[in-house]
Amino acid sequence: MAEAVDLKAIGTRPIRPDGVDKVTGRANFGADMTLPGMVHAKVLRSPYAHARIKNVDLSKALEMDGVFAAICGRDLPEEGANDLSINILARDKALYHGHAVAAVAARTPALAEQALDLIEVDYEELHPVLSIDDAIADGATLVNENMYTNGDRSQPPSNVAAKQKFERGDVEKGFAEADVVVEESYRVPTAHQGYIEPHACIATINEAGRATVWCCTQGQFDVRSMTAGVLNKKVSDIKVIPSEIGGGFGGKTTIYLEPVAVKLSEISGRPVKMVMNREEVFRATGPTSATLCRIKVGAKNDGTITAATAWLAYEAGAFPGAPVGPGCMSVLAPYNLENLLIEGLDVVVNKPKVAAYRAPGAPQSMHAMECTIDEVARKIGMDPIDLRLKNAADEGTVAPYGPRFPAIGLVECLKAAREHPNYLSEKGEGVGRGVAVGFWFNIGMQSSAEVRIAENGAVTIMEGSPDIGGSRASMCLMAAETLGVSYETINAHVGDTEATGFCNVTGGSRTTFATGLAVVQACEDIIAQCKERAALTWDLDVDQVDWEDGKAVPKPGVNADVQPLSLADIARSAGRTGGPLLGRASLNAQGPGASFSVNWTDVTLDRDTGKVDVLAFTAVQDAGRAIHPAYVEGQMQGGAVQGLGWALNEEYIYDQKGVMENAGFLDYRVPVASDMPMIECQIVEVPNPSHPYGVRGVGETPIVAPLAATSNAVRDVLGYRINDLPLSPPRVLASLDESN
Amino acid sequence: MSSYTFAAPSSVDEALSVLANSSRRGERAQILAGGTDVIVQMRSFDNEPRLLVDIKQLAETNEVSIGEDEIFIGSAIASGVLNENDELKRLFPGLLESADLIGSTQIQGRASIGGNLCNSSPAGDTIPALIVNSAVCVIANSDGNREVPVEDFVTGVGQNCMSSEEFLIGMKMPRPPARTGDAYLRFIPRTEMDIAVAGAGVSVSFDDGGTCTRARVSIGAVAPTALLVPEAADALIGTQVDDSDLRAAEAACSAAASPITDKRGTVEYRRKVVGVLCRRAGTIARDRALG
Repeated sequence: MAEAVDLKAIGTRPIRPDGVDKVTGRANFGADMTLPGMVHAKVLRSPYAHARIKNVDLSKALEMDGVFAAICGRDLPEEGANDLSINILARDKALYHGHAVAAVAARTPALAEQALDLIEVDYEELHPVLSIDDAIADGATLVNENMYTNGDRSQPPSNVAAKQKFERGDVEKGFAEADVVVEESYRVPTAHQGYIEPHACIATINEAGRATVWCCTQGQFDVRSMTAGVLNKKVSDIKVIPSEIGGGFGGKTTIYLEPVAVKLSEISGRPVKMVMNREEVFRATGPTSATLCRIKVGAKNDGTITAATAWLAYEAGAFPGAPVGPGCMSVLAPYNLENLLIEGLDVVVNKPKVAAYRAPGAPQSMHAMECTIDEVARKIGMDPIDLRLKNAADEGTVAPYGPRFPAIGLVECLKAAREHPNYLSEKGEGVGRGVAVGFWFNIGMQSSAEVRIAENGAVTIMEGSPDIGGSRASMCLMAAETLGVSYETINAHVGDTEATGFCNVTGGSRTTFATGLAVVQACEDIIAQCKERAALTWDLDVDQVDWEDGKAVPKPGVNADVQPLSLADIARSAGRTGGPLLGRASLNAQGPGASFSVNWTDVTLDRDTGKVDVLAFTAVQDAGRAIHPAYVEGQMQGGAVQGLGWALNEEYIYDQKGVMENAGFLDYRVPVASDMPMIECQIVEVPNPSHPYGVRGVGETPIVAPLAATSNAVRDVLGYRINDLPLSPPRVLASLDESN
Repeated sequence: MSSYTFAAPSSVDEALSVLANSSRRGERAQILAGGTDVIVQMRSFDNEPRLLVDIKQLAETNEVSIGEDEIFIGSAIASGVLNENDELKRLFPGLLESADLIGSTQIQGRASIGGNLCNSSPAGDTIPALIVNSAVCVIANSDGNREVPVEDFVTGVGQNCMSSEEFLIGMKMPRPPARTGDAYLRFIPRTEMDIAVAGAGVSVSFDDGGTCTRARVSIGAVAPTALLVPEAADALIGTQVDDSDLRAAEAACSAAASPITDKRGTVEYRRKVVGVLCRRAGTIARDRALG
């Protein structure tokens, strides 16, 4: 692995290749695409959180002037009728308020809206299941009458789709050895990713059954396979072209509109455009799970944690698939424990189907655990970072979910935090400070990349990972470093499903790691070819040629009176040495390398209004190696702000019938810039041994610790703990009134 | 957004005749000033066709006059413009701060105090600040202008006392006596870009001995309309407006409030916080009067 001191490009902070078009408004996002003759489609959504759909009558809508096509669930093929398809268009039941029931394509968006009013749906309203407590109660209404826990049909059907368990040692023995035991329950509300760009797509299909889809997505290949599945088509019959993306945070790893647009295009013979509004985004696209977590931790007076248990229940929305698995994997990952028991429940309720949201599942379970650890530290009178250092996982520790950690940076992050001036500083009068640890395991998976050299030596990277956080700049930096050429000569493009090799979705913080690895290998392929071309030019053997600082040179000791050949030199004469230079790599990346963080925040509390103000926030995180430090800091800051918003104000507010009351940014309160202090960042670099430059994914870990750090800071200033989030002014003031 | 027609009359008489004709045809007419409420409403939920009557072209709705006895603010003047008027800021700091709480810098280039009043939201920030300054609405009417105190102007949620053939020309306020100060505070969970969960305005005047001789207190977002709270004012008149007097006014405001529980706050929360805001605004108003 390259030492940091040898690096020329990596670690610098150049302007991103996509920057100019984005700041000047030229970049095309999901809703920007238009096609000649296109029509506009709108979706009719269920007014009930739970209802049987007895009939859908489209005839009046179809008769309306200006309407080109209308469909409902029965128009999608039975063969693809899985949860994804039923979420896209309901079949026999509407499973949440806002569930799509039918869609109309018309000449204008306004006409499509009018036509929706002409669709007649015969509903039989059913009792909605709106919380974990309701869902798991004896005799609960069933969201899905055919669902059995873990598929076990020997038991009655249940709203618990799955249960899972991780255990080690003997927790009873561990608790018996403890001097202090803390046991608490915590609730975290449903939160939305809050990407600014709503879902949008445009689709067209020709008479041969070949469809083209433009859309904003985190994974064009996933859109292709999911759309093909829902429509029972071959993946090779669908081409997906990703637009620029205005935020995804995991929420654009699934689909809602694309099969509907293709189907409507097939019927109408026109391109069909669909753009959600903000209300639809809140009501019908993936938020993340509300949770109920029960945690018990025992520790000795010296800080040794002797046992910990976690019971984690996650709302999945109307279909199984809450991120309870990663919640279980994360909850105790920072600790090296002999005795632990983790149980997770995936619980269906009549709410929108959850989708991935930045470190899916980890913020909720780790909020619960990190609050409990804070209480343990208070009980034994130990600094909360020292307590974590005493029990910290490190290289060789067996993670609670099985594997043995290779080199990880938790201890380094804790030590950096412990010595940080913002931690050593005295907190002011009336200020509360809270600390928490964050973790995300990160993923590898499949990536492809091509590197193409133009005749002037300019480098084009073609890859398939939509750029949601500056990854094109990181690809260019890694290519510059590997090839030894200047960053300015390199451009990176995100290709469509037919222009580039397969890449899994941009998610799991995998892109800079895995697609970056493919880019590095494709550059190494170029270097190998350049050495061959130089050898041919010089009439040497290829093993007599080296690649140094972007130039082919004879190896030391080789007797050749030649000038070094740069990439541009070789490219210029490539026609005479074997044709254009084209490097490529494809891989299934292993060893993504977990990223740990330590966050702390200082808050004040207005005891008359219950309002918490965030005065300061510091994030320390292991990036393995920061390819573009400004974009690593951007991830750390963005995750911190999302976590702070969730901790303080963000929540889905439902009425008793399961209708979300705050489906807009006015009352679903993500923070505004003036709510936030400067998020101060310190990047720790413990290189990932599985990547040539040491990269670890950094995108998700930053949202994990802020929830508990904020809770712990409020606990500090309040004098007692409020277990549930958000710590909104009405909740805090009601609690203060109660405690008086 | 649905289709609509648009008129931009150049005189008050012309505007009145456009409104009268529209009324005769049974057409819905809506006054447009900055459009920061109207256009958002048309785009998000109320897309019924209508005639939009832009009153930004009228001299009267763009006038600011600061007289010996009376100050007049035209209804269509953008709050960003008003907040650059140092004389107005000296006379009514609380009122101008209330306007400055609404929207971003960009929005304030269009949003007007008159529009905030005519939108008649229970949570309109300028309304309590106008009420405590004894503002009177000047309403154009084919029989001549009529005048209505602001506290009587708004009649319900989104409703006011104007007919479909009238419009608001501006607001006039008596020049504050010497040793007078006003203030308005609202509570929002964010720092900006939000709607009041509760709001309170206070104006107080003192004699040379430091005794409060006049007080007006108004609260917002805790009833269908902003309320004038004479009990809170009575708690301050004749006192030095010290902390215990302000706590009496606080209690009076909490008692006068009749809020609802909704996504922005509970009854208990709003009742308590509106009192806190009265106490804090009263402190600022007192310090301004005596400062």
